[in-house]
Amino acid sequence: MDLSTSLYLVRPELILSFSSLALLLIAAWRQEAGRLVSILSVAALVGAGAYAVHYLCAGTDASAFEGLYRADAFGSFAKILIYFAAAISLMIAPKALEKMGAMRAEYPVLVILAAVGMGVMVSATDLLTLYIGLELNSLAAYVLASFARNDGRSAEAGLKYFVLGALASGILLFGMSLLYGFTGSTSFETIGTAMTGELSMGLLFGLVFVLSGLAFKISAAPFHMWTPDVYEGAPTPVTAFFASAPKVAASALLIRIVVEAFGNQVQAWQQIVMVVALMSIIIGAVGAIGQQNLKRLLAYSSINNVGFLLIGLAAGTEQGVAAMLVYLAIYVAMTLGGFVCLMQLKGRDGEMKESMADIAGLSKTRPALAAIFAIFMFSLAGIPPLFGFYGKLVVFNAAISAGLFPLAVIGIAASVIGAFYYLKVVKTMYFDESGDSIEAADDKVLRWTGGALGLVVSALGYLAIPLLGAVTAQAAGALF
Amino acid sequence: MNAAELPILSIMLAVPMVGALACLFVRDEMARIIALTATLFNLLLGVWLWASYDPAGAQWQFVESAALFGPIGWKLGIDGISLLLIMLSVFLMPICIGASWRAVTERVGLYMASFLLMETLMIGVFAAQDLMLFYIMFEAGLIPMYLIIGIWGGKDRIYASYKFFLYTLLGSVFMLLAMLWMIQQAGTADIPTLLNHDFPPEAQTILWLAFFASFAVKMPMWPVHTWLPDAHVQAPTAGSVILAGVLLKMGGYGFLRFSLPMFPEASAQFIWLIFGLSMVAVVYTSLVALVQDDMKKLIAYSSVAHMAIVTVGLFTFNQQGIEGAIIVMLSHGLVSGALFLCVGVIYDRLHTREISRYGGLSINMPKYALFFMLFTMASVGLPGTSGFVGEFLSLAGAYKVSTWATLIATTGIILGAGYMLYLYRRVAFGEQVNADAAAMPDLDNRELWLLAPIAAAVLWMGIYPESFLAPIRRDVATIVERIERAAPAGDSKLKVHDKTTAKYRIQAHGGEHDKKAEGAAH
Repeated sequence: MDLSTSLYLVRPELILSFSSLALLLIAAWRQEAGRLVSILSVAALVGAGAYAVHYLCAGTDASAFEGLYRADAFGSFAKILIYFAAAISLMIAPKALEKMGAMRAEYPVLVILAAVGMGVMVSATDLLTLYIGLELNSLAAYVLASFARNDGRSAEAGLKYFVLGALASGILLFGMSLLYGFTGSTSFETIGTAMTGELSMGLLFGLVFVLSGLAFKISAAPFHMWTPDVYEGAPTPVTAFFASAPKVAASALLIRIVVEAFGNQVQAWQQIVMVVALMSIIIGAVGAIGQQNLKRLLAYSSINNVGFLLIGLAAGTEQGVAAMLVYLAIYVAMTLGGFVCLMQLKGRDGEMKESMADIAGLSKTRPALAAIFAIFMFSLAGIPPLFGFYGKLVVFNAAISAGLFPLAVIGIAASVIGAFYYLKVVKTMYFDESGDSIEAADDKVLRWTGGALGLVVSALGYLAIPLLGAVTAQAAGALF
Repeated sequence: MNAAELPILSIMLAVPMVGALACLFVRDEMARIIALTATLFNLLLGVWLWASYDPAGAQWQFVESAALFGPIGWKLGIDGISLLLIMLSVFLMPICIGASWRAVTERVGLYMASFLLMETLMIGVFAAQDLMLFYIMFEAGLIPMYLIIGIWGGKDRIYASYKFFLYTLLGSVFMLLAMLWMIQQAGTADIPTLLNHDFPPEAQTILWLAFFASFAVKMPMWPVHTWLPDAHVQAPTAGSVILAGVLLKMGGYGFLRFSLPMFPEASAQFIWLIFGLSMVAVVYTSLVALVQDDMKKLIAYSSVAHMAIVTVGLFTFNQQGIEGAIIVMLSHGLVSGALFLCVGVIYDRLHTREISRYGGLSINMPKYALFFMLFTMASVGLPGTSGFVGEFLSLAGAYKVSTWATLIATTGIILGAGYMLYLYRRVAFGEQVNADAAAMPDLDNRELWLLAPIAAAVLWMGIYPESFLAPIRRDVATIVERIERAAPAGDSKLKVHDKTTAKYRIQAHGGEHDKKAEGAAH
């Protein structure tokens, strides 16, 4: 395969890489051009997304750079979600960051760089590309977490994220080196063929370490400890970004490595995934109950959601992977929406409000915001007729058809525990007496994105099921 | 014109939905008017639906099908059982709106929207012909009801709303898993097809239990009934009406639509469980009702007792029992709704539900006392009211299966008479001990308009039940035919050839006896 074909296949990443470099130059000379750079970055993401859509529609399925990178429907679908989440995070950010005095032109550039990394992650078919993509994303993310550098909490979040992230990368690398050592290759395909029959101890260790490292990246229990602290400390638009795009990327990466490299050893990882899934669901649900800070609450909610997502992976089938992709798509809309609502909570002096007490009686003072927030909460809880229910439905359906009844039963019972804290948010907004501390928001972008995401997540989203079903089936089919 | 020419069920679902959206954006007074118009219009559509329904026609009528949502099919259609339950919903709905006309003054738009959404979902539950669509409609009702109890409820409303939501949710999620498994096994989510699909008996047991978890909570059966008294007491009047009137019927409808015809063997296997729990419920909750000081709580416990008679009737596996259970459901929907309205009427005046704060109301509120009397009698099961027909039929059906269960369930009627008459005596008769209660004005026109239609329906059902039995007879027969293979042997066989009992039989009646018994049962 010649270089030009390879370059042709990585057009989304090329567009983003070159735009990030060009935008970095603008940022270097004009520090106050944050908004302009943001708009251009969104345009770049749209352009890259257009190519991803093109690959998806054209059914492109080709390998680039001698098997290091694969442009297929699976990667393209994940990229569309990632670029969408990144674009939304860019659109909602400027005003909020300006208020904190942290809006600098590097912000959009870092988001784009992270998006490049994530694009590489989801298309990686080799341990090396995997690691490069992961680290590009992570390094950008560490900086983003501490982007409000004058805020102690933000700096702390960045540090925590960095230290723990580096540890996870170390674990991952160790696992990768074991895999390489025992199979003699870094390519997923070769590892897959080498891992047939009896699994040697070294390979088993390698597999466990790789899965542990990735579990950290998707913040699955028991590697979730960093999530509440980082989510709470990072500026809210950044948290919205963390909770959406990197989750998609790391989950897609996990799916690909598990299916392509460990596909012959389902027994070896299925148990691990099941335990991690159930622990995430339960820890995410129980941990959230006592939270008074809404960002921490949403952090636990994301841990909880990752658990449900992993149920689809535990099924280990094509149907399970398709279900995960549906779940991811819905999850991105719900999570971004939740954070968009959160960002509209502003006090009299324009300061961000993020505690449970602040939203008391919100339905009286800001009925529309409360209604949309309630929609996101019910949807995250998986109550029909909201769209979040459909995500849970397909995931459990996959588990049932794979015959994983105990997993499905425990998981769905634990989802009732999760419903409790989502209900608590609704209760605080609707049943409690008004605290009257929230001012009317002035940010039109937030209002419109919140409203649009709310419509998607409401029962109207069901109309998208046929399309979503076809696309995710195609994407999952690319792996099997 | 025949309603079948239009997608009438979709229209009936859409009308309240559109009304609900409109209510969110208008002023209070306008929201009330929109809600009343929408519900009355739906009532008219319902009447039209009933008039167009052909009891001798196809089993499923007004069938609609559209592939809008991929695997979740938009499939609607009704048989006679669904028809009557839909009628009950659309009949009670305008009354609920009327009952909250003045009682609700805060966030009226949201309140009306919640009720209209409830109406859509209730009709959807009874009309859904796709398993997933049914589940969505069944579950979605939690959200508006949670808001209704939580926002406009009484003092402990938050506790009650949580309890209601989480209890019912926990019950239902297992049903969801069972449904997913069924869809995979049978390869379809179409309810009419599934009704004739034979699941292996060993799988039936698990599936039955999963469905039981959901319907028993919804019904509610002892011992998972504890959410009901809390929810009822805290909910606003109209919320209680809809909860007792229609939402509880979803449990019974579920047993009838899913548990019995889809899992006949498992249903037969678990008769002991159903009868056992129902017997406990009848006696226990009746006794609990007897000692209540709170009127709403008393009626809530009486609901549990009546629903136990429904479950006994449903699991008799014979025509009388199941017809009776359906009539009890309809009758209880009307009567308990009316009783909650009666409580609401005096609650609006005195703002207390404590029985001892009232007394001698028949003196200053004669019209009220008359209506209250009628509904009390209907709840007790006096012949001539709807309560009698249903209870008699279901107990007659139960007698064919289990003498003991019938005997104990029948004590429920005696105990029912006990607590209801005791309630009525304390509220309406006796001395006028409380000056403020004695000064309450009688029913005004609005309240009269709310209670009179229910009274008429209760009497209609009591005097000429054929109107209500005709649409369901054939559908019940279909279910009975389907489950016949698993029907349990009764313990009350006539021992014609047994010499030891010969002397107890009255020879004069001879062969006439059997015919008479059957005639009375119908």
